[in-house]
Amino acid sequence: MAKDYRQMWESIGVDLEAHDKLLNVLPPTYGQVYMSQENRPEGMEYFDFVISEVHGLRIQELQEHKAAGGKVIGAFCVFVPEEIVRAAGGICVGLCSGVEIGAAKAEKVLPRNICPLIKSFMGFKLGKVCPYFESCDMVVGETTCDGKKKAFEILNDYVPVHMMETPQMKREKDKQLWRSEVQDFLVKVEEFTGSKVTDTSLRQSIKDINGKRRALLRLSELRKNIPTPISGKDCLLIEQIAMYDDVPRFTAQLNALCDELEVRVKEGKGFAEPAAPRIIVTGTPMALPNWKIPHIIETSGAVIVAEELCTGLRYFENLVPEEAENTGQMVEDIASRYLNINCACFTPNEGRMEKLVNLAKEYKADGIIHCSLAFCDPYLVEANRVENILKENDIPMLKIETDYGQEDSGQIKTRVEAFLEMIDKK
Amino acid sequence: MFTVGIDVGSVTTKVVLLNGRGWRYVVRPTGCSPRQAGHEAFEELLGQAGLSQDDISCVIGTGYGRISLPFIDKAVTEITCHARGAHHLLAGADMVIDIGGQDSKVILTDGRGSVVNFAMNDKCAAGTGRFLEVIAAALGSDVSELADKARGAEPVAISSMCTVFAESEVISLLAQGVAKGRIIAGIHRSVASRVAAMAERLGKGEQIIFTGGVAKNEGVREALSRELGREIIVDLRSQLAGALGAALLAREKPVRKEK
Repeated sequence: MAKDYRQMWESIGVDLEAHDKLLNVLPPTYGQVYMSQENRPEGMEYFDFVISEVHGLRIQELQEHKAAGGKVIGAFCVFVPEEIVRAAGGICVGLCSGVEIGAAKAEKVLPRNICPLIKSFMGFKLGKVCPYFESCDMVVGETTCDGKKKAFEILNDYVPVHMMETPQMKREKDKQLWRSEVQDFLVKVEEFTGSKVTDTSLRQSIKDINGKRRALLRLSELRKNIPTPISGKDCLLIEQIAMYDDVPRFTAQLNALCDELEVRVKEGKGFAEPAAPRIIVTGTPMALPNWKIPHIIETSGAVIVAEELCTGLRYFENLVPEEAENTGQMVEDIASRYLNINCACFTPNEGRMEKLVNLAKEYKADGIIHCSLAFCDPYLVEANRVENILKENDIPMLKIETDYGQEDSGQIKTRVEAFLEMIDKK
Repeated sequence: MFTVGIDVGSVTTKVVLLNGRGWRYVVRPTGCSPRQAGHEAFEELLGQAGLSQDDISCVIGTGYGRISLPFIDKAVTEITCHARGAHHLLAGADMVIDIGGQDSKVILTDGRGSVVNFAMNDKCAAGTGRFLEVIAAALGSDVSELADKARGAEPVAISSMCTVFAESEVISLLAQGVAKGRIIAGIHRSVASRVAAMAERLGKGEQIIFTGGVAKNEGVREALSRELGREIIVDLRSQLAGALGAALLAREKPVRKEK
């Protein structure tokens, strides 16, 4: 970081000692995972900068926004409609929880055996380690899985939580429920920020967020090329940053990177050899700074061409129509866009199965690696459906279940390498 | 043409030297330095054969220690190597069950030595050689004696898969006066059912070959055979399947690393 932010961190209530420990873990990992890559596009410089200032400059921006009377709203899920927060002048930040931190503190209120993501966010909050969390005036929770649903009750003891009920099916009555949840969220955000969501502000916000999605989709399209012009690790990083960076700035920087990648494609320049096996990863979110499996995959000679993850396609595929005339219609459009997400919390979740088969074709993937966090019932159980459909379509799949610890990295590397040897048709 | 396969496992290091007519091997404990064990076993085998490193066209390393061997031409995972080696030991084998020191795996092959699918145990010692070692120690025995001691005994139910919990379960069974043979038979069944579950997920093999150090334990083989309802074949050289497979791959797809 370019300057000393300790005073700022202290003023928002961050535990400096615990925070130092976190920062000591981050930079070497980033150097090892990211800066060691060869052949990186120049446009990645911006995203490297964002990471180097992850708890600095961006936090300062949030604090300036708050000082001017603005609100910061935190989210843990791609179901939270950020258009609405933005339309009311708020800033929506995705809270990451991708590293094991404060486990001992978290276990005071949570069971020992629970999803590492849930344990992480509780650890971050109880340990006062994350300046984003400490900047949030409110957090939006959802009912996607039982672990999160119940953990949000506990989290509400430490920070105000607004709950949204995400349905478990996609029938007409579920759509109605979700529509009313989105409407209630709009009212809540208006109350909380003290500013009205107008037709004009919501329409503009829809356009802004769509702009971010279009840039991310453009990046995805470019990865269909052989050789793919950028590493999967870099793309995952961009998708992780998308959740908390300033929207117009992020969009502009990503489009600039895509311009560069288009030139690379024309020149036939790629991140990896054209013959490198092309892999799609699917499963549970890989929250910042969790790059464990992608790092193993891409240091074993393969390249990741798409992420069917919440930190990936689920976050940015499908746009919200921009033509609606009034807020009522826009709320309706927002609700249907979000209910289209293929999360394993739905039953059945056929959309995800079709999606995976199509993605494998579109991205000319040689195999799919299913990555699930430990104790994630929805994805671990749904892996069986995924396995069946991929088998029917002759798409090789490898299943990995892991957490944020590194002790199983060697074992996972053996499995990934064996999988790559297996699909190597040469 | 001489090729070499080096399988540096968590417990033992196996090296196989292959020429057009036959093969010879060396087995030694890995100890605390996989690099040294691999190197010494390699040199020992070369010495026995009266060859030098320059006579070898390709050396492939495998096993968990494959990344610690600077002198090899290529590293290939033990999964691919076991599949290839098992096919050589038993032509037509379409399933390999490998139980080594720190992991166990089931490999489904195309019957010609190539991997079709595989499963490995997750990050714990349940169903591995290490599990048997810990339990043997708790019973005051050596792993090599387990099969003999369990012969003909009715297995006692062992409820825990976890090595640490199973050890305390074994100690309390001993305290209750349960015969050692029955406890060992129960442990064999526990390992077998864990591995059989992985095999069932992949689909039934027709010709199953059992490799890895634990394949030397007759009790585990019988228990596996009962669990899967079919005969399991153990070749005396099963422990060498990984190194043999590596040497065969080195012959079929030789690569030469600039040194």
